[in-house]
Amino acid sequence: MTENGSGRLLEVADVVSGYGEMEILHGVTLHVDRGEIVSLIGPNGAGKSTVIKTIFGLVPAWSGQVVFDGEPITALPPEQIVRRGISYVPQVENIFPSLTVEENLEMGAYLREDDFRPQMERIYQMFPEIADRRRTPAGKLSGGMRQMVAFGRAMMLEPQMLLLDEPSAGLAPLVVELIFETVVNINRQAGVTILMVEQNARKALEISHRGYVLVDGRNRVEGTGRELLANEEIGRLFLGG
Amino acid sequence: MANLVVSGIILGSIITLGAVGLTLLYGIVNFGNFAHGDMMTLGAYIALLMTATIFPALGLVDTPIGPLSFGWVMLVSFLPAMGVTGLAAIAADRLVYRRLRERRVRPIMLAIAALAVAFVMRSVIYILWGADFHFYSQGLRTTWKLPLGITLRPDQVVVLVVAWAMVVGLYTFLQRTKTGKALRALADNPDLARVSGIATERMITLTWFIGGAMAAAAGILLGIDSQVRPEMGWLMLLPLFAAVILGGIGNAYGALAGGLILGVVQQVSTAFMSPSYKPAVAFIIMILVLLVRPQGIFGGSKSS
Ligand SMILES: Nc1ncnc2c1ncn2[C@@H]1O[C@H](COP(=O)(O)OP(=O)(O)OP(=O)(O)O)[C@@H](O)[C@H]1O
Ligand SMILES: [Mg+2]
Repeated sequence: MTENGSGRLLEVADVVSGYGEMEILHGVTLHVDRGEIVSLIGPNGAGKSTVIKTIFGLVPAWSGQVVFDGEPITALPPEQIVRRGISYVPQVENIFPSLTVEENLEMGAYLREDDFRPQMERIYQMFPEIADRRRTPAGKLSGGMRQMVAFGRAMMLEPQMLLLDEPSAGLAPLVVELIFETVVNINRQAGVTILMVEQNARKALEISHRGYVLVDGRNRVEGTGRELLANEEIGRLFLGG
Repeated sequence: MANLVVSGIILGSIITLGAVGLTLLYGIVNFGNFAHGDMMTLGAYIALLMTATIFPALGLVDTPIGPLSFGWVMLVSFLPAMGVTGLAAIAADRLVYRRLRERRVRPIMLAIAALAVAFVMRSVIYILWGADFHFYSQGLRTTWKLPLGITLRPDQVVVLVVAWAMVVGLYTFLQRTKTGKALRALADNPDLARVSGIATERMITLTWFIGGAMAAAAGILLGIDSQVRPEMGWLMLLPLFAAVILGGIGNAYGALAGGLILGVVQQVSTAFMSPSYKPAVAFIIMILVLLVRPQGIFGGSKSS
């Protein structure tokens, strides 16, 4: 780590991308500093998932640049990007359902040549519920536990940064609470920088250092979590109040 | 009847060996490999080439072991036959399926392409070896008479042992090794496998090799159990698919039971009707399963 763990980790500059002929992102610019939790909020279909997928190389950028840890990663495929220390937890289908919990974690460590047992133990300590279900197929778990398996899989490479796409979507209120606590824990204890897309905008901003509001494939507003929470227009549009 | 059950178990073990490869491939490449039967035939003919031509030319003539009709040369021939068939399967992937995959065609187009590959393979076999049937060895086929009217040839014991050793070997590989787990992960969720750093194309290549090699072994065993003929594998295609569907498509454990059930039912049916109806029996089983329980008898929710 450079500069005592501070400084710019991810920089997205004027990125344009889309699917086939259809342009979805019309120039997105954002950045995440080391140690931060940054939230990306916005209405349905705004392109939030597309931003994450473009950063991770799953959707090719048509123009603009993505820089991670000082190096451009714009044209790299996901299997290269993951080696550089970014892990991605997709919005849906983020586990291997027929593999056991333990095998899911092993697949997270697929690229590791060294001994991943210590990291696996740390993940089990962080999520004791799934530690008791090591031999259970992940698809048989409850929604909250599946999400923990999904986080665990992504954490196996001990990434510098996690990209989380709607980690709390479709979960019961109590579990949502738990997931947000987990995100904070991963950030504070494991020192992982987090870029997170969330529908649960208010909760997400409450735990975030900063946030961006994405509308129609462009980021419209940027600010600290507190500023965005206090912003009346945003409150009206996205925070339900 | 007991005898038909026994011969059904032997045939069923061969079907199983083909079916597990077929179902593994289905999970990874997402289409039914209609060339699977003809990969069996190819393997059987390459083994014939080894035992009848290449090894004798090197001065190695097979001499039967104990009561068997064949010896070490036959057993050693499994390796080149499996290797070459595995490579042929990879070649078909590179020349045909991968190009189609890159164009993102629908699975049905890939399955039809596989049908074309099957015709090409069978035509090549007709051209090189002709339409006659062959035996691996001219050795005497001893028969054991067991209680309950069961007759068993020592060769068939070898068929059984080899088939199950390979099936167990494949399962151990899939359950225990990192690469095996990655194959299952890829079958489960290709996108997540990719973001985990699993190299999809390499895994597809490996799966074709395994599928081809196992099909070749099944073909040789079928040749040992009966004889080597150009359409031997083609005629197995229906029972193979029926076994896979019976077990739940893509369900590796289901394919085991499906293969055995198919073998036994096919053989037992010959007590009531002409053996030439055996394929029809497989067909009826397949249709019944599709109508009544499309997820297979062992299929849970995940059968897509
Ligand atoms: N694979 C795809 N092919 C074509 N269009 C797509 C694809 N994925 C998303 N889109 C379109 O791109 C736009 C943005 O989608 P995206 O998933 O990025 O939105 P989002 O902000 O994440 O929405 P949500 O809140 O529903 O998750 C939508 O109009 C969507 O229909
Ligand atoms: Mg989304």
